[in-house]
Amino acid sequence: MPVVHAEGVVKRYGDAEMLKGVSVSVEAGQVVAIIGRSGSGKSTLLRCLNGLEAIQGGSITVAGHSIDGTGKGLRALRQDVGIVFQSYNLFPHLRVGENIMLAPRIVKGIAKAEARRIADGVLAEVGLSDKFDAYPDNLSGGQQQRVAIARSLAMQPKVMLFDEVTSALDPELTLEVLAVMERMARQGMTMLLVTHEMAFARNVANAVIFMHHGKVWESGDPATLFDAPQTPELRQFLRTE
Amino acid sequence: MIRQFGADEVLFILLALRWTLVLTALSLLIGGAIGFVVAIARVARPRVARWLAAGYIGVIQGVPALMLLFLAYYGLSLAGLELPPLVAASAALALYVSGYLADIWRGSIQSVPWQQWEASESLAMTRVQQYRYVVLPQALRIATPPTVGFAVQAVKNTSIVSIVNVVELARAGQLVNNVTFQPFRVYGLVAVLYFAVCWPMSLLASRLERRLNAGRAR
Repeated sequence: MPVVHAEGVVKRYGDAEMLKGVSVSVEAGQVVAIIGRSGSGKSTLLRCLNGLEAIQGGSITVAGHSIDGTGKGLRALRQDVGIVFQSYNLFPHLRVGENIMLAPRIVKGIAKAEARRIADGVLAEVGLSDKFDAYPDNLSGGQQQRVAIARSLAMQPKVMLFDEVTSALDPELTLEVLAVMERMARQGMTMLLVTHEMAFARNVANAVIFMHHGKVWESGDPATLFDAPQTPELRQFLRTE
Repeated sequence: MIRQFGADEVLFILLALRWTLVLTALSLLIGGAIGFVVAIARVARPRVARWLAAGYIGVIQGVPALMLLFLAYYGLSLAGLELPPLVAASAALALYVSGYLADIWRGSIQSVPWQQWEASESLAMTRVQQYRYVVLPQALRIATPPTVGFAVQAVKNTSIVSIVNVVELARAGQLVNNVTFQPFRVYGLVAVLYFAVCWPMSLLASRLERRLNAGRAR
């Protein structure tokens, strides 16, 4: 039973069809990278997987929860699905520790001491143990993104989604975030990431999906996909990346 | 007979100040409560709620506060509901205040970046939790200066209720001036009293603004 299973997903904005029947499957412990040009639908697909975008066709099941259109069903799903965004989206009025403990406390009802223990743990995992009391605005972009990852991890998700999480960072900060993600992958986290980091996709991912015009255009293991692309669109894309 | 502008007259004006303060407090409390509900409705997901809230704000802002007062006082009494002047005045001012605070707070809520909604939604928070822990604390920071600025206006606007014979600060000044014919001294005192109420509020606004910003880099 795959952790993420999307079947024939259709997403329309008015007349524009962003996803034209996309099917994706991710097994537990797998890391799947989605690549493609902007506008290919890759971020839209990711946002559909945790219900941030409603779909007009197909079905989605993540960590045993089907998207059924009810708020309650969506919240159950989201407790098991972490997502990290390009722009970090930390809560600026809360300290780092409070950012991390908020959802475990109010959504899961975890006691304060236990939430603190979880927060210390995930902060250590992203290498920011000394930033518990800092405000997000006083951190670098790379540090903020690592806090965002820690905030998601604190919910103990069964799968993590990453939406171009290094696109706003300069190369050095990108490396520190990718290092954290690589460690998570090695520890067996199920991950689905939209990325422009081809080296990361090649070295860390178990499978790569190339999206084009709202469809899964080509997919397979990284070595095959990168070294022997089957379609002219992927060849063209790889030349320009 | 012309009276002196003496201690009794000064005391009369000073005592009238409490009605100005009571009217301000009531209109801000009741108007604030209504305004908060309307602000939330104005940004709610159901289209009907947004339309109703927008209509309410449009009507209240499009009608002079004085007309609300006349409607509450004379209009309702024609309809058989005779409200005491103070109650009619409070109701009219509360309605007036609610229309403006709703709009100020609507803007403050909408100034919170939509990514904050998305991030909190992704952490499985309910709509109420999103408001309570993520959006409203940030909106509060944005809303504080314009809200206190509007509250200063609300203090001064209570003077219109002198028309329906509520003896608040402005009406008391008028009455004293009618018997002393010392407009400069009487209205000078009235002006100083308004200032004495409003100026600390303005100071408070800037202090709150600084304190809410403390600990933030920007």
